[in-house]
Amino acid sequence: MIVIEALNRSNENPSPVSADALPPSPARGEGQGSAFVNIGERTNVTGSAKFKKLIMAGDYAAAVEVARDQVENGAQIIDINMDEGLLDAEYAMTTFLKLIAAEPDIARVPFMIDSSKWSVIEAGLKCVSGKPIVNSISMKEGEEAFLEQARKVRDYGAAVVVMAFDEVGQADTKERKVEICTRAYDLLVADGFPAEDIIFDPNIFAIATGIDEHRRYALDFIEASREIRARCPGAHISGGLSNLSFSFRGNEPVRRAMHSVFLYHAIPAGLDMAIVNAGQLDVYDQIEPELREACEDVILDRTPRQGGDATERLIALAEKYRGTDAAAEKAAEEWRSWPVAKRLEHALVKGIDAYVVEDTEEARQTAARPIEVIEGPLMDGMNVVGDLFGSGKMFLPQVVKSARVMKKAVAHLLPFIEAEKEKNGVTAGKGKVVMATVKGDVHDIGKNIVGVVLQCNGFEVIDLGVMVPWQNILEAANENQADMIGLSGLITPSLDEMVTVASEMQRAGMTLPLLIGGATTSKVHTALRIDGAYEGPVLHVLDASRAVGVASSLVSDTQKEPLVEKTAAEYEQVRLTRANKGQNELATLAEARANAFPYDPSGKAPAPARPGIHNFGEWPLRELRSAIDWTPFFRAWELAGTYPAILDDEVVGESARNLFNDAQAMLDKIIAEHWVTPRGTVGLWRCKRDGDDILVLAGNDWTRVPMLRQQVKKREGRPNMCLADFIDPDGEDWIGGFAVGIHGLEPHLARFKEQNDDYSDILLKALADRLAEAFAETLHAHVREGMWGYAGTEHLTNQDLIREQYEGIRPAPGYPACPDHSLKPVLFEMLGGEPAGVTLTDNFAMLPTSAVSGFYFGHRDSQYFGVARIGPDQLEDYAARRGVDLEQATRWLRPNLD
Amino acid sequence: MSAAQRLRDAACERILIFDGAFGTQIQNKGLVEADYRGDLDLARDQKGNNDLLAITRPDVVDEITRAYLAAGADMVSTNTFSANRISQADYAAEHLVADINRESARIARAAADDFQKQDGRPRFVAGAIGPTNKTLSLSPDVNDPGFREIDFDELKDVYRDQCAALIEGGVDFILIETIFDTLNAKAGIMAAKEAAREAGRDVPLMISMTLTDLSGRNLSGHTVEAFWHAVRHARPLTIGLNCSFGATQLRPHVQALSAIADTLILAYPNAGLPNELGAYDELPDETAAFVREWAELGLVNILGGCCGSSPAHIAAIAKAVAGISPRRVPGCPGGTRLAGLEPMTIAA
Repeated sequence: MIVIEALNRSNENPSPVSADALPPSPARGEGQGSAFVNIGERTNVTGSAKFKKLIMAGDYAAAVEVARDQVENGAQIIDINMDEGLLDAEYAMTTFLKLIAAEPDIARVPFMIDSSKWSVIEAGLKCVSGKPIVNSISMKEGEEAFLEQARKVRDYGAAVVVMAFDEVGQADTKERKVEICTRAYDLLVADGFPAEDIIFDPNIFAIATGIDEHRRYALDFIEASREIRARCPGAHISGGLSNLSFSFRGNEPVRRAMHSVFLYHAIPAGLDMAIVNAGQLDVYDQIEPELREACEDVILDRTPRQGGDATERLIALAEKYRGTDAAAEKAAEEWRSWPVAKRLEHALVKGIDAYVVEDTEEARQTAARPIEVIEGPLMDGMNVVGDLFGSGKMFLPQVVKSARVMKKAVAHLLPFIEAEKEKNGVTAGKGKVVMATVKGDVHDIGKNIVGVVLQCNGFEVIDLGVMVPWQNILEAANENQADMIGLSGLITPSLDEMVTVASEMQRAGMTLPLLIGGATTSKVHTALRIDGAYEGPVLHVLDASRAVGVASSLVSDTQKEPLVEKTAAEYEQVRLTRANKGQNELATLAEARANAFPYDPSGKAPAPARPGIHNFGEWPLRELRSAIDWTPFFRAWELAGTYPAILDDEVVGESARNLFNDAQAMLDKIIAEHWVTPRGTVGLWRCKRDGDDILVLAGNDWTRVPMLRQQVKKREGRPNMCLADFIDPDGEDWIGGFAVGIHGLEPHLARFKEQNDDYSDILLKALADRLAEAFAETLHAHVREGMWGYAGTEHLTNQDLIREQYEGIRPAPGYPACPDHSLKPVLFEMLGGEPAGVTLTDNFAMLPTSAVSGFYFGHRDSQYFGVARIGPDQLEDYAARRGVDLEQATRWLRPNLD
Repeated sequence: MSAAQRLRDAACERILIFDGAFGTQIQNKGLVEADYRGDLDLARDQKGNNDLLAITRPDVVDEITRAYLAAGADMVSTNTFSANRISQADYAAEHLVADINRESARIARAAADDFQKQDGRPRFVAGAIGPTNKTLSLSPDVNDPGFREIDFDELKDVYRDQCAALIEGGVDFILIETIFDTLNAKAGIMAAKEAAREAGRDVPLMISMTLTDLSGRNLSGHTVEAFWHAVRHARPLTIGLNCSFGATQLRPHVQALSAIADTLILAYPNAGLPNELGAYDELPDETAAFVREWAELGLVNILGGCCGSSPAHIAAIAKAVAGISPRRVPGCPGGTRLAGLEPMTIAA
């Protein structure tokens, strides 16, 4: 039988002992809980020499790591004790508690504030959020003082350990333990203290000391526990385990065995938590039987089977085990043996700053230039942090912590970077940036990250902190002759405050650039509100990675003007668009239909040269390659910019070039080795218009294809569009449909997976997506020029194709002009079931994933638009036309309903 | 019968209605510096110091309060979110804290009493305590995680002054709201209890947490469950969530709290998420439809609105949840409930 299985040394599964792992317990009734809670003992100056040394030396960073180890090793609560004569215990307690409060992977567990001095406990309570445990209070000074402290514990929202100690002294016998604990319980409960927040410590004393009175200590504890649990409903029993084996100091194997054996017997008696070294307990079953039995004899005060004295026998046996232990210690720090880049990433993600300077130094020694350590492993690590944060796997405090580690690393590198600059004759920094989180806002993580990144890139950053009034910002900018000001804010009122700062800058006659960043800021807001308030350059910076590019351009003689002009033009465009957009008010469906796009018979495309369904089994890949639109490819890799300019981009150029080269190399292989097969299907059919529906004669039957109409109220002269508007309302017309798919990726993806080559895996998928899009574009040209033939020969360049400088459109179900994904099955049915070998999932996703499908409209005036928000009247009308109930239609059109 | 008992009785019958935002309503009035300042001699600009209006433009505060009551609110809060020494120091108005709170409480009290007199339906006044802009759990300096801008006793004193004035002004309850830092809330709880003790009155607490990210934690990192464990000793009359996000994003967290809290649930979400210009444009019927879903799921006892909500929102909510049975308060589940950033329960 495995007894204390979760108390073994596995880091993997620090869960509490489960009910069925424990022996049957007479102290536990039906339905009672069963988990045993282990409380970490290492952050205790009286119990851990190492911890004491660190605290005495003021090395709190390393002391924090001790706490982290405890939690990682499975401590479910950590006990913190600073009772040492030479220490200012209040200072040490509060300092340490504040530091570990900033470590989410420590602070996730409750803390136990452990001191014999009430003043230390109360100081600690003022630093701990959550609900901690006070360890301990007792009736040592009488009942009144005891209750007084208990009330305070309650007011601070904590549970309490009550030590079996009264006016007479510490309870040593079973009777005294039971007597004191039950008296304390009755007093507390009568005073209104919640019974469930009482934890008794009936004193675990050292046994096997050779002193006769000590022989029953363990047994008395076990028996008293049973009785206390029975007489004090709701209360718990705890104890400090290390005392028990005190006489075997220095012999860890024996101590561990004693602790495990003791727990084996005490837990069923009602001990449900204990202060232990969570990483160092043995599984009862795996203790050598000889040692186990000897431990059992001293704990239960038995005479050994072989006769003689239990203590003497254990002492004799103990010599055999001395010093068998050292090797295990090393394992815990396994990550320290990883390659340096990986170690840096680990430190950033975990927010561990204990080793970051030495690791950074190691990385610097192997790097050609110190800046490469920042641009390489450190930024990579921060990217991991960013991703985890973005996906909700890390939360704010952890990110702050990571930023701190990053800053320490950068701080170490800065002198080297400076030295390098001096050697190269460059003395001044790139420029000065004054940064602030605006008045009324305390959020500064994004700002700090931007600050770090800018500093890493040679800027001097004057960080004014958070809640900064505009006066201070302007003053700092003037005093420091800053090159630019960066404002940050997370909450929405900060947007207005930024406008205030901009207005004040204007009033002060400033001309330096103003950078705007932070989660609620947007290009639209910047363009509409802030840009208008300040005549100097105003630039919205999307994220930290963009900050360097923008700031660098702004201090460059050649790049500043183009960037400022480009941005100003962009914002002008935003304002124009915005002005055109007007209020988002809806017209009724009838009104919208009355304002339909006017059909011009002269723009009608002729009947197709080759109507019907056409399949293309394998389109030449070479042709598709030349038709690739690369800009979305880079966007997929989160590299922002337009191809080909992105290859020379200040910020991402190098990454983009590397990526582009890898993509070209893979494309060479894809083509040479026929990795994939592009298949396509085109259908060209007769159709006629029925209101907002298009009736399509695919095969022998008319298929109804209902379309949605824009309902947002338009300015005078602008129509409420619907795709059906491009079909002749008075007679027969033509429409097309298509699907393309890139087949055959699977074996290659499987191969990459096997090689753990995520990069190639993603690269191939991204390229397949591009090939599918290129195929759709190429096929559309083929249809226009040949199969439908309305366009003659266009001779368009790839750039023209990307800019859609041709007549006719190919709107896809699920995209703005035709937002209902559920039209895909309708389209596919018309195209013969599985067009281009593409199938649909229940939610209308296409398989293979690199696929495109849509309709063809040939009318000269046909154009893309977004349906946007529609009203309940159209929803109801559409549901009827689609032949589905309102609920179904609501589900399909949800994005267009709000 | 105590106000708390009357509230609990009413909450057994139906879902009660709380008020909506003051900030956006005041903003809509287009007040200028002179309105805010009145004839007070203050060193700084007062525009934006909404709480000060209790002294300089009590009619504005009164009008908004009555609009919420007319919209169907059973409980109104005082316009005192920033009426504490720390926040008022930004306006050099910290010496007015007691006056602002007392006057705000009186305005709300008088309005609530008038409405109660008119139709006999009980109305309640909650004295609102904001979080201040200081935090006890986090360091504002990334290089020094052990640093704190303020300590527990200092913050407790700040809160106690505010509570004392609110109690003097006649509030029924103290509402500690928009709690982004759990330790701030614990200081607030102690302060409110001390102030009530000094006043010789029983002033039950209402506690409302705000989440800062979608994973469901507040800024100090506590999950909703851990938060409940950390403040349960206050024996609050209501526990809940406010602000954070719109109702859609808030639902799972209200649900989590509703399942474990053995007291009334008060939830007042924002009117959706702010748009890119920082304005809230969720319509009253939209907000009402979202919270109606909560009501139908039996998650709430009291519903109201936070940022961006208006009397029209409150009226729509009142209409939408009328006739839906309120949440049944579950019994105490037993066990020892502790908390770090995560909750921990040790079975009895």
